[in-house]
Amino acid sequence: MNQQSNPQDQRGHDEDLIGPHVTLKGYLQGFVLAVLLTAIPFWLVMGKVIPDARALTLVITAFAALQIVVHMKYFLHMDMKSEGGWNMLALVFTFVVVMITLAGSIWVMYHLDTNMMPGMMPKMTPEQAKNLP
Amino acid sequence: MSSTHPETNVPPETAELQFWMTDDHHTESPTLLGFWIYLMSDCLIFAVLFACYCVLGRGFAGGPRGVDLFELPLVATNTAMLLCSSITYGLALLDMQKARRASMMLWLVVTALFGASFVGIEIHEFSHLIAEGATPQRSAFLSAFFALVGTHGLHVTVGLLWLVILLFQVGKHGLIPANRRGIMCLSMFWHFLDVIWIGVFTVVYLMGVIP
Repeated sequence: MNQQSNPQDQRGHDEDLIGPHVTLKGYLQGFVLAVLLTAIPFWLVMGKVIPDARALTLVITAFAALQIVVHMKYFLHMDMKSEGGWNMLALVFTFVVVMITLAGSIWVMYHLDTNMMPGMMPKMTPEQAKNLP
Repeated sequence: MSSTHPETNVPPETAELQFWMTDDHHTESPTLLGFWIYLMSDCLIFAVLFACYCVLGRGFAGGPRGVDLFELPLVATNTAMLLCSSITYGLALLDMQKARRASMMLWLVVTALFGASFVGIEIHEFSHLIAEGATPQRSAFLSAFFALVGTHGLHVTVGLLWLVILLFQVGKHGLIPANRRGIMCLSMFWHFLDVIWIGVFTVVYLMGVIP
């Protein structure tokens, strides 16, 4: 540290708190993209543009995923370099846990519903049912 | 030097190689990273609430469905409020980095007004639903709906309170490092809530009205 005592290092450590480098252009680009990515799915649903429900669900999910990436990049300023990569590492870890939580819950609970339907039950007489463990 | 690197027979003058990355010399406050990790844990709360909604969202129990209840023009207005508050917060952050205090406070007030309209519209929507008998007790779908959207609304309300407190702090003490740090953290919090809202309006409202 002593060898690099240029004037910039004379400032206190708190003064270095500048955060990510933000620009007006970056914010405006992000805003325009976010408005487009919000308006299109609303138009698709409200205007009933795609009649097939499954296709419409997939399309608006894709728009949401894209918009989340836009917000992360332009508003939250995520990149591989911020905080020496630790921000991105925490984000990737959270993303994995979120995906396991969502996909796991939906998968397990939908199958549970299906398996609880009366048709799935094994046929048994009332006497057998009484003697169940 | 020669003991740690026996194979490199460099002369002593040039032996002072720089083994650290010079452009990695960012003494940023650890607060921002810590706050980011808090936000990630908050993200997990929302993930569980989303999972709940996805599982229970079709459990209408003979009660009203999403397509009967949701008014998409109102939701679109709400989304616009949150999106506008995101860009105005960004403009405030730009002013903060150029040390223009008055202009920054003006943008923060505009952000607070957009945030307050968002909360106001949501309260209006909730009270409308409850007046129609669509209370959280009505069905599993409505319980999950109020839990998810209510938690998001509560976050925005707390963010709004934080914003007002920061405005008073900046008004009294100016752009001191503590206030700058607070504004940076709230910026992340605010944009993070906007990201969560993308999930809410897509999964809850738009998918709710698809037959």
